[in-house]
Amino acid sequence: MDSLLNAQTVLSTLDATLRVSTPLILCAMAGLFSERSGIIDISLEGKMLFAAFAAGAVAAVTGSPWLALAAGMLISTVLSLLHGFACITTRGDQVVSGLAINVLASGLTIVLGIAWFSQGGQTPALASDARFMPLELPFIEQIGNLPFIGPFLEIVISGHNLLVYVALIAVPITWWVVYKTRFGLRLRAVGENPLAVDTAGISVSLLRYKAVVIAGVLCGIAGTYLAIAQNAAFAREMTAGQGYIALAAMIFGKWRPVPALLACLMFGFLDAVAIRLQGVPLPGIGEVPVQLIQALPYLLTVILLAGFIGKAVAPKAIGVPFAKER
Amino acid sequence: MQSQKTQGEDRPLPPANDQLAIELRKICKRFGQVQANRNIDLQVQPGTIHGIVGENGAGKSTLMSILYGFYQADSGEILINGKPAKIKSSRDAIDSGIGMVHQHFMLVETFTVLENVLLGAEQSAMLDKSERNARDVLEHLSEEYQLSVPLDAITGELPVGQQQRTEILKALYRNAEILILDEPTGVLTPQEADQLFRVLQALKDRGVTIILITHKLREIMDITDNVSVLRLGEIVSTQRTADTSTAALAELMVGRKLETQSFEKVDNPDAENGIEVHNLTVKDDRGLTRIDNISFNVKRGEIVGIAGVAGNGQSTLLEVLAGIQSPGSGEFVINGHNVTPDTTISPKEMREIGVQHVPEDRLRLGLIKSFSAAESSVLGYQNRKKFNWRMFLNIRSIRAACKKLMQAFDVRPPDPKLKSSSFSGGNQQKLILARELEQSPSVLLVGQPTRGVDIGAIELIHQKIIEIRDANCAVLLVSVELDEIMTLSDRILVMFEGRIVGTMNGSDADKTTLGLMMANAMDNAA
Amino acid sequence: MSTSNVELPAWIEVILIPVLNICLALFFAGLIIFAIGESPLEAVGIMLNGAFGYDEGVGYTLYYTTNFIFTGLAVAIAFHARLFNIGGEGQAYIGGLGVGLAFLLLDGYLPTVLLLPIGIIAAALFGAAWAFIPAWLQAYRGSHIVITTIMFNFIASAVMVYLLVNVLIKPGSMSPETREFSQSSWMPFMHEMLAVVGIDVTRTPLNLSFILALVCCLLVWIYIWKTRWGYALRTAGQSEAAAVYAGIKPKRIIIITMCISGALAGMVAVNEVMGVHHRVILNFTAGYGFTGIAVALMGRNHPVGIILASLLFGVLYQGGAELAFEMPKITREMVVAIQGLIILFSGALALMLRPAMVKIWLAIMPARAVAQHG
Repeated sequence: MDSLLNAQTVLSTLDATLRVSTPLILCAMAGLFSERSGIIDISLEGKMLFAAFAAGAVAAVTGSPWLALAAGMLISTVLSLLHGFACITTRGDQVVSGLAINVLASGLTIVLGIAWFSQGGQTPALASDARFMPLELPFIEQIGNLPFIGPFLEIVISGHNLLVYVALIAVPITWWVVYKTRFGLRLRAVGENPLAVDTAGISVSLLRYKAVVIAGVLCGIAGTYLAIAQNAAFAREMTAGQGYIALAAMIFGKWRPVPALLACLMFGFLDAVAIRLQGVPLPGIGEVPVQLIQALPYLLTVILLAGFIGKAVAPKAIGVPFAKER
Repeated sequence: MQSQKTQGEDRPLPPANDQLAIELRKICKRFGQVQANRNIDLQVQPGTIHGIVGENGAGKSTLMSILYGFYQADSGEILINGKPAKIKSSRDAIDSGIGMVHQHFMLVETFTVLENVLLGAEQSAMLDKSERNARDVLEHLSEEYQLSVPLDAITGELPVGQQQRTEILKALYRNAEILILDEPTGVLTPQEADQLFRVLQALKDRGVTIILITHKLREIMDITDNVSVLRLGEIVSTQRTADTSTAALAELMVGRKLETQSFEKVDNPDAENGIEVHNLTVKDDRGLTRIDNISFNVKRGEIVGIAGVAGNGQSTLLEVLAGIQSPGSGEFVINGHNVTPDTTISPKEMREIGVQHVPEDRLRLGLIKSFSAAESSVLGYQNRKKFNWRMFLNIRSIRAACKKLMQAFDVRPPDPKLKSSSFSGGNQQKLILARELEQSPSVLLVGQPTRGVDIGAIELIHQKIIEIRDANCAVLLVSVELDEIMTLSDRILVMFEGRIVGTMNGSDADKTTLGLMMANAMDNAA
Repeated sequence: MSTSNVELPAWIEVILIPVLNICLALFFAGLIIFAIGESPLEAVGIMLNGAFGYDEGVGYTLYYTTNFIFTGLAVAIAFHARLFNIGGEGQAYIGGLGVGLAFLLLDGYLPTVLLLPIGIIAAALFGAAWAFIPAWLQAYRGSHIVITTIMFNFIASAVMVYLLVNVLIKPGSMSPETREFSQSSWMPFMHEMLAVVGIDVTRTPLNLSFILALVCCLLVWIYIWKTRWGYALRTAGQSEAAAVYAGIKPKRIIIITMCISGALAGMVAVNEVMGVHHRVILNFTAGYGFTGIAVALMGRNHPVGIILASLLFGVLYQGGAELAFEMPKITREMVVAIQGLIILFSGALALMLRPAMVKIWLAIMPARAVAQHG
């Protein structure tokens, strides 16, 4: 009985992990595309927040989750293009530009939310047909009866909404694009040595714009997930630093898709566990403050950056505007 | 058209048997106030090796960057294979059949050789397929031209010679019919250079047109068919290599000899040593040996010049003696103070014991561009009592001191409040030299004192260096300008790959011997 | 033709372009207000009236200004050493911890003349300590200071929540905050001080910290431009190689500069904790640390510019509150959006107008441009 309960707890924690990790994974992949091209992207947070707002608003007005998704991706891409214009075309500071987008999103989503919906910054609560709802995998009831693997599939893998699966598929696709395609080759090259790309006859600017647009689309999906899949409305500041955690996860994964995925899952797991551990003493350790667990992703990233666990080497040309003429 | 004479041409080129591979007409390019290229007319015959020589800053690299679409000419025309070509980007150049091996390689160091070759020339959106195709082609190419490079090696881990071959393979893989090489041997060992020349010969035999940019005349004589000389942005001569000589080319390169200053050489064997270096070895961050077990001395009242092609350890030597880098092993005594790997002296302490340093790179080290001239004029001495009052900088005394330096060294305009970056190169250099000489150094370390300096300032700078020598200072001079070394030095050491490969007395040094030493070619020549 | 190496006269670089950038930011802010369905001009009128129209408004405006001066200076001094300190928010928060610990221990025992300096020093020390770690990691481990200071903001927040909820909480209280400190540790309010000399103004949160902020401006200006330490700082910021050549240790500059920067950010706690709340509460920093970045960018990292930019943000905050009251469709977060626009135009897009300016300048001043090069 006791062990069954424990198994149940473990499975539901893993289930929650997947749900919490979804926006992290999407944003980490977004950051990966941008930073591999040499553009620092601390604006994951702002793009995701604005996309969440757009998705929440459009879903509330039209009742269509698909239009909401399109709106989320669109607004996030527009912000990406703004970031690109500042960093690529005017050769502005990439960190400052990212920060500007974050601050702008933080203020503007609330201003517009209150102006349009008068609900204190929230968008109206959504009916289930305006949202992405959980999907049951086919034959899952039969599979669920299988020993061991069955409950895992039924509880952890099945029963999520479409966007969770999109996030999971985004990782192998990212890996494939980055390592197996012509675009990926050029992307990896332009973050290391843009001059080599330029002399090979490829436009550095265009390549970088493509990368930031992909980042925008992915952040858009992440924001949409927050507002109309995981939750039933946009709430003010609902990203709550997840964009930064995703950035940390991407650094933790050393700018590579699969390690970044693992870092996202680890950070998501910490988050899922933190809620369950509140007030529960662990054997041998005692009660672990929930704040410690919440701060762990940041602490671990700092420790990694300090070179105490492996060495995180960023793409060489990151943060440096490309200037051709002397 | 083809018989049109180029300026200062000694003999007309033979009429081309078919159309020209490249023809440049009246190419002009300026950067700000610098006219880098002026009315360049150039005709390159197909299937030949065409050399372009000129001193540093003569405009060679700019010209080739225009041909490769990196810069656009302000005016003029480019014809490739007889047809006018608009080359606005590297892509256009590649499409016109031009390949370029840059002086600084355009390689992604974390990539494999294969990936570097593929970049920008992938035949399909999927890498696997492109790679399979490329592998076949490249194996064929490396066989044909003896260009073997391990295709799956990480490029950054390969020796420079192999990185260069990767660049050549890149060009060939793109079906380049015209190959431009910019100072290709600057980073190569003599053996690697010989190998490169064999490859170039093989390419020529198969009809590739090659443009070789260099400032090494020996290479021109050895391998080119025709040669053009660039001076101050203009082509001053184009002729068949067989019809000219090293000496004639050298004179064309330098132009009419300026009235060179000459200074009396001194030789006091009994003077004590200002600098004494024993078995010094220095490695860089990557573990490469920059200075390889050298020993020498500089006496008081003597100028010792270090000659050598840039990048052979001279810069490291200056920085080690100035206390900026620590010696890896060995030791040196500077102005009576002993420095070993365990007992180093910081740049600050060096200044205090009378060792002054005029750095090679004045814009990066010597002054701060955004500072006023007054602020730059105390760089390194900012903590001196006379420039401070309690916790504050004494701006008034700093300005007054700067004004004095400016007057003594004829810095123009003599305005201490002006931003350092708004002075010309020569005036910046005079200010730095003034700052260091003001300290009446016992040992002076000088790097490239007249790089980018106008002629008027050169004379004054040389004069001042001689004066400080005559004041019994030990001077170590590093310069890539052989003339400067010969004009100033009482004794000349030649550095090659971190070693001292030759020594000569200033009074009986000749350019040919020094040149051979700098190329470490004494044994071959002897 | 590249325009980046053409020199423009100082008045274009330092005044015209920055002012145009701010105008652009404000123009877009007006556009947003217009889009919401309100009149931008009317909004400006309400804001200015709210900020300056009566003495209470002025008091609030200057109270906000105080915070922005501290965090703006913090960002600016780091900028001069080419360090981007995004961690002002966390440093200010931890500064509050310093004040809290000092006063929880001492406020019953010491007189005001001792408590005030102790509180100020505690805020500065704790803020500096929180900046020291990223600085050390940057100097000796090569960790990118932008990323580490971002991470340290979150870590600071977690630390403070934990301490306020579990350790420092007033016994028996439900809300996570410390007990109120004894009145002897309060920063004197401006209305009280003015009352002493016979001037009667309305009670506002404005307190002695405002004077402290102005003093900090002067000190920072002296430090950066008038001392050999500032000389070393600017040298290291401009060229690490030149610093080494000049006998300056860049690593040491990174650490000293970041500690000063953190100390300045920590001073927000002097205004907020010692001056207004008189206890440590959750999130008393309220984004002031981030606003400091906008302030520094807008003020071009110069103390005078920072005072002006802080005043503008003070107006935005106080006037924004008034605006939210008068125009219910517009909320206080409008200020955050404007802040974002200012970071965008004065920071990220700071170079956007330059190429056009160069063209105009060369077109109208050909003779002089040539003479300059001649």
